[in-house]
Amino acid sequence: MSENKGGLSTKRTTLKLLSVTVGMFAFGFALVPLYDIICDVTGLNGKTAGQYVEQQNERVVEDRTVKIQFITNNNGEMPWEFRPETRSLEVQPGELNATNFFVRNPSGSTIMAQAIPSVTPFRAAKYLHKTECFCFNQQELASGESLAMPLRFIIDADLPKDISTLTLSYTLYDITEQISGGLASN
Amino acid sequence: MSAVIEENHHDDHHHGPAKGIMRWVYTTNHKDIGTLYLWLSFAMFLLGGAFALVIRAELFQPGLQIVEPEFFNQLITLHGLIMVFGAVMPAFVGLANWLVPMMIGAPDMALPRMNNYSFWILPFAFAMLSSTLFMEGGAPNFGWTFYAPLSTDFGPPSTTYFIFAVHLMGISSIMGSINIIVTILNLRAPGMTLMQMPLFVWTWLITAYLLIAVMPVLAGVVTMMLMDIHFGTAFFNAGGGGDPVLFQHIFWFFGHPEVYIMILPAFGVVSAIIPTFARKRLFGYSSMVYATASIAFLSFIVWAHHMFTVNMPLAGMLYFMYATMLIAIPTGVKVFNWVATMWQGSMTFETPMLFAIAFVVLFTIGGLSGLMLAIAPADFQYHDTYFVVAHFHYVLVPGSVFSIMAAVYYWLPKWTGNMYDETLGKTHFWLSFVGINILFFPQHFVGLAGMPRRIPDYALQFADYNMVSTVGAFLFGFSQIFFLFIVIKTIRGGKKATSRVWEGAHGLEWTIPSPAPYHTFTTPPKDLTEAHG
Repeated sequence: MSENKGGLSTKRTTLKLLSVTVGMFAFGFALVPLYDIICDVTGLNGKTAGQYVEQQNERVVEDRTVKIQFITNNNGEMPWEFRPETRSLEVQPGELNATNFFVRNPSGSTIMAQAIPSVTPFRAAKYLHKTECFCFNQQELASGESLAMPLRFIIDADLPKDISTLTLSYTLYDITEQISGGLASN
Repeated sequence: MSAVIEENHHDDHHHGPAKGIMRWVYTTNHKDIGTLYLWLSFAMFLLGGAFALVIRAELFQPGLQIVEPEFFNQLITLHGLIMVFGAVMPAFVGLANWLVPMMIGAPDMALPRMNNYSFWILPFAFAMLSSTLFMEGGAPNFGWTFYAPLSTDFGPPSTTYFIFAVHLMGISSIMGSINIIVTILNLRAPGMTLMQMPLFVWTWLITAYLLIAVMPVLAGVVTMMLMDIHFGTAFFNAGGGGDPVLFQHIFWFFGHPEVYIMILPAFGVVSAIIPTFARKRLFGYSSMVYATASIAFLSFIVWAHHMFTVNMPLAGMLYFMYATMLIAIPTGVKVFNWVATMWQGSMTFETPMLFAIAFVVLFTIGGLSGLMLAIAPADFQYHDTYFVVAHFHYVLVPGSVFSIMAAVYYWLPKWTGNMYDETLGKTHFWLSFVGINILFFPQHFVGLAGMPRRIPDYALQFADYNMVSTVGAFLFGFSQIFFLFIVIKTIRGGKKATSRVWEGAHGLEWTIPSPAPYHTFTTPPKDLTEAHG
């Protein structure tokens, strides 16, 4: 191997390896949307999809009822009162259902909130279609204010036969700081 | 680039290193830089070890005696980070710097100036990381895995320093790895094929690829943390549409290959030492190469076995469980080959061989407890207990660290020209071997009984084993001061070493005089029959 040739291929190999490095750095960030896509496709992590548009002739399975339970949690120090109107509903797959969740801000200040849904069992997540959900928006309540927040949903008629109970859990996050910083990305 | 090579040529005319401290600051010599890496690694080993001894002292008895829980958590975090990034990784990079050019008949590393930078970044990175101990709010306290949102929403202000320190370590590792790959691919002695390279060179080539693949991902994940903390993004904040579990996926996508980064070069070291003292060629050389490559490949597709308890779909758990168990096959091939190399060999038990044999035995124990942890349904019992602590310390301390010590004893005569004192070396080995087993073996039992990791206090029924463990920790810890003494004594003098040093040693590094001259293989070696060990 002549020295000149050695020098050239050193440069070429170095550049190749550097581009692998840059590529892997980008790949690390690409994992973020990839993860969301995988979660959406598989319902992994109990993530539910965005707003669902009700179809004209939604098939209703009259001879089957499914129980859906509602759970509410507050994240960290979030001070709001947060509870579902009803703890559970018996519904027929395919039919449009509605329920409400109540929130009240007992603290002395105005707070912005964001509710994050999660469904168990995870594989049921993609069969829960929400036509309207307070989790699609953020809520702002002044001190002492309260609010009834609607949820309208359809359970897909194709829900696997062995699933008879779904649990829909909402966790309420205080996002006042993120919003007031004007930096929230989502 | 040709300018760099001419410069090297020019250097050849001075037959030694520059004088004074500036020699070390400006050096581009692979042997000098190797030495710097090894000393930095040893200093970090003592610092991380000191943290570990405070942790073990606190755990000597139940209840809180010595440190506050907040400070305990900071020590746990810094111990992990410093041992992984400061002690084990730089030690292997130091060995690579010293040995790879000598083993492949190259005059130096391919990118000597970058080599200098990649070392000198590290003292700054670790100064920055350690300085967080003195900051308001204390050092990072969320464990070396820094799971978000614990590290983003609830971490101390010094988390930002931690993030930049990790960036620096990452840049250093990436530059070091690129240098090693380029050296191995382009600077081998004419005629040396890849399959003629010693196994240490092979394992480092593969490790370096792992590093350039995953260190950027680590840099990415800490950058996301930085943005979550300071720029209002919500990568890991569920309230803003992010996902904390995403953090664990990205972290372990880096983290699992990382554990192989810390063990593959150890495989290379042991594969050099065992044939020498068994006086046989390494059994199954090519299967060793393929096994190493298989382990490296598998390391990318098993990461989620660290997170069985985050609640994955059944199919995911089964996949990650079986894929993880698959790693036992190439690893088993390696252990088999080491044992087969010793089989019917004329074995002698000098210090490097003792460390290498201890490596094979104790690493296998650590590997087996890893298989137990891979069983998804059982993992729910083991997860985050001392059983996990025992497992990864068995693969990292009598695994990686013992292999580094074996390497130091094995090549020290080549580096310094002096033989170490065999009696002292063996004493150091037995103190370490006994200490390490007293230290970590009882942790399997308390872990199986349910003692959680990362806690400063524990239930009374764990008291006896913890006391035993602490005694072992101090024995092992203070034995390393003895190691320092042995190394310094060898550098200062001792019986002169021959070029070959060990009767059964093979490899190009043994064809040059001891101590190795400042510049070696300025003309490539002609005779490659010696090449692979």
